[in-house]
Amino acid sequence: MKLTVNGTEHEVDVEPEMPLLWVLRDELNIKGPKYGCGIAQCGACTVHVDGMAVRSCQLPVGDLEGGVTTIEGLGTPERLHAVQAAWVAHQVAQCGYCQSGQIMQAAALLDLNPEPSDAEIDAVMSGNLCRCGTYPRIRAAIHDAAQKLSEA
Amino acid sequence: MSRAGKIARRTFLIGSAAIAGGVAFGVYMAKKPIPNPLLDDLKDGEAAITPFVKIDAEGITLITPRADKGQGAYSIQAYLIAEELDIDPATAMITPGMPGQAYYNASVLSEGVPFPAYQDGFVAETLRDFMSVPAKLFSIQMTGGSSTVPDGFDRMRLAGATARETLKEAAARRVGVARGDLRTENGAVILPDGTSIAYTDLAAEAAEIDPVTDVTLRPASAWRYLGKPDLPRLDMLRKCTGTEVYGIDMEFQDMLHATVRANPAVGTAGARVDASAAEGMRGVEKILPVSNGVGVIANNTWRAFQAAEALEIEWSAPDYPGTSEGIFATLEQALGDPDSYDHRQRNEGDVDAALEAGEVIEARYRIPYLAHAPMEPMNAVVRVLDAQVEIWTGTQIPLFIRDRAATIAGVEPEAVKVYVLPMGGSFGHRLEMTHVEQAVELALAVPGRHLKLTWSREEDMSHDYPRPASVAAGRGKVADGKVMAFDLSVSQSAMAPEWFGRLSGMSLPGPDATITTGSWDQPFDIPDYRVTGYRAPSMVPVSSWRSVGASGNGFYHDSFLDELIHAAGADPLAERIRLCLHEPARKVLEAVGEMSGWDGPSIAEGRGRGVGFCMSFGVPCAQVIEVTQTDEGIRIDQVYVAVDVGEVLDPTNLEAQVFGGVIFGLGHAMNCALTYENHAPLETNYHAYEGMRLYQAPQIEVRALSNGSRIRGVGEPGVPPAAPALANAIFAATGQRIRELPLNKHIDFV
Repeated sequence: MKLTVNGTEHEVDVEPEMPLLWVLRDELNIKGPKYGCGIAQCGACTVHVDGMAVRSCQLPVGDLEGGVTTIEGLGTPERLHAVQAAWVAHQVAQCGYCQSGQIMQAAALLDLNPEPSDAEIDAVMSGNLCRCGTYPRIRAAIHDAAQKLSEA
Repeated sequence: MSRAGKIARRTFLIGSAAIAGGVAFGVYMAKKPIPNPLLDDLKDGEAAITPFVKIDAEGITLITPRADKGQGAYSIQAYLIAEELDIDPATAMITPGMPGQAYYNASVLSEGVPFPAYQDGFVAETLRDFMSVPAKLFSIQMTGGSSTVPDGFDRMRLAGATARETLKEAAARRVGVARGDLRTENGAVILPDGTSIAYTDLAAEAAEIDPVTDVTLRPASAWRYLGKPDLPRLDMLRKCTGTEVYGIDMEFQDMLHATVRANPAVGTAGARVDASAAEGMRGVEKILPVSNGVGVIANNTWRAFQAAEALEIEWSAPDYPGTSEGIFATLEQALGDPDSYDHRQRNEGDVDAALEAGEVIEARYRIPYLAHAPMEPMNAVVRVLDAQVEIWTGTQIPLFIRDRAATIAGVEPEAVKVYVLPMGGSFGHRLEMTHVEQAVELALAVPGRHLKLTWSREEDMSHDYPRPASVAAGRGKVADGKVMAFDLSVSQSAMAPEWFGRLSGMSLPGPDATITTGSWDQPFDIPDYRVTGYRAPSMVPVSSWRSVGASGNGFYHDSFLDELIHAAGADPLAERIRLCLHEPARKVLEAVGEMSGWDGPSIAEGRGRGVGFCMSFGVPCAQVIEVTQTDEGIRIDQVYVAVDVGEVLDPTNLEAQVFGGVIFGLGHAMNCALTYENHAPLETNYHAYEGMRLYQAPQIEVRALSNGSRIRGVGEPGVPPAAPALANAIFAATGQRIRELPLNKHIDFV
């Protein structure tokens, strides 16, 4: 089976019902997307499929249609995406485990809605659980990233 | 024996077993120099100047032995060393290092002394200092109790200063000038003529001389990093780019992936297993027993999970009640029962006489078991070689893990290497090691191979050692608009002895302070004032949960105080301030009053505010919470928080920790419980254990005060006041007094 992740094509030999998350993590060694719940309740596994935020723990790889972008493909430590830069500027992360998913969700939000209101942020980001309680800074960082992106 | 020693032996609480066993020779033994674990495997040309700094030609390594579970320990430890060493910590390697006796935690036991933290007289302070002796003696290298900063504040700066002065001494000998004529800057010694010699270039010579230990720490006014706003966390970039490597991300050539299913009645042995459906599944290599359960070894985590789910298992039942109903009945039975009496650390005035006649106000409370449920489920990578065991895992207790793994594998503790990795949260979950024991057992079956054990979320939540459930009863009296008598009794299974016994195999005699920590030790002056702990039998095995005893006792003490103040017809904030006898605590109460524009508990029709206060880990923390009753339920609008941790070393992270503590406290108070049926919790994933989501997160404003004496940690103290402040606010807005957590059993939230 073939799939494209962060612009690179990969061939994997797995059963089609294996969730994309485990193909990424255990077969392709792409560790940015995290396992948190396995039932789309926490959002730590969020990736983009053709630009849309998707819970990779619930997407059987056999049903995948489109290119996958993970946090590694969004930006790098040397070349941060605007959302990542805002996350660093606001010192959002504590344990950091959910933040790959938070950042991917926020990037997809700003892609569709460049100037989200607090209510729109609440609606889109509430599927991403953070047990450390970084929510106040997540809100602030999204507004900041939205502004930077609109100026760019 | 010293006076402190005699006092300590008569006392109880978490350190007492250590003292009872070792105090006679403990002081002597603990004063012997601690072996420097960095010297064990130093290569030629490397200098390990103190156990916290290692330098070779390649660079500088800072050892930060307190584990980072999200609270920022990694960064602050590096900044403490760098402040005196004169380096930019971003240029250094930073690693937790190998577990070692030198990394004992001197502060973690100091909360166990029978003096409230606001008391700082000679005996209390002597005894707190004395608690570092058993910590050293028993090599308790542990992360917990909000102790990283208080423990490391002097020690890690001294390590940096010792390293700096020793490097200067090496330079002085090389060029033949006095050490006093040299200075240091940015990783180099600067000679009087301005020439600079890099520390890395001096490593080999520094290794040949005795460390310079007569060093003086710089005053706060000279700090470059500590106390500064916008101090960046050194792990932030990695955590925002998916490049931080947590335990679960470890990858090795040809690694096996495993999972387990163990008896949900945690610690209970015996099961009947039918593995026939799982055995032929793709990728499954081995199915074999582990302690209290079954392990599956496969070539992919998901395949291991699938096979584990296909196992048919009949579990044995333990002999304690299997339902929450039965558990709470047992807790209620012990409450007030003389045979279950455990301790009474507060007994002022004459409570019995005060409550004999007149109107007595009574209330009963209860709180549920709570899972820690960090985002990263428990996992460990283990490889067993001929005479060596290697372990990669995120843990707060590396030395306990080393010793237990040695026992399981039948090797010497020195043959076990424990590599401590960054953790995707803990909240106390990683003070346990069942998953590591299971991983070692499985790895022994595949010698030479790396094996990664991962718990499914369901396994993680149903095999947590949760925060204890407990019940409490308050009785009190008011007169002339004042609180006059306060009598609180709390019943809980003993937490600290269970935990210490599991880890060390040793028993912890004497009472268990955690039953009343957070209620007996509050800085209030009530004429007749008593707090009593009752020990219920052991049931579901329990452990520490962010803020430990104060997580429940903060709710009990402050909720009941609020009820009495209401009965007295007094203002909730003003009466707390009047009763408060500790200056820093009074100041945080006054601060939240000012921040919130407090003018009484009522804001408007259907809107109210509540105050909550708890002093935990020596930190007074006050919160005012404003709520609105809406058609969809209670909405939490705004939280004002004031804390006093003494000197603030990292204001940005302090705010983050308080945000987190408040949200953790509120989320669990709103909607989290582990409910038991058939000895297993019904809540095994986040859909049934939500906590707070972003749309529910209120505005939070934090103010840090510095009127306290000793420097303190802030990872936990934000948690305890949140639940009572919320319940008190709901009372103010609706007139409904809720005495049971989670609150959503009685009222809806937006």
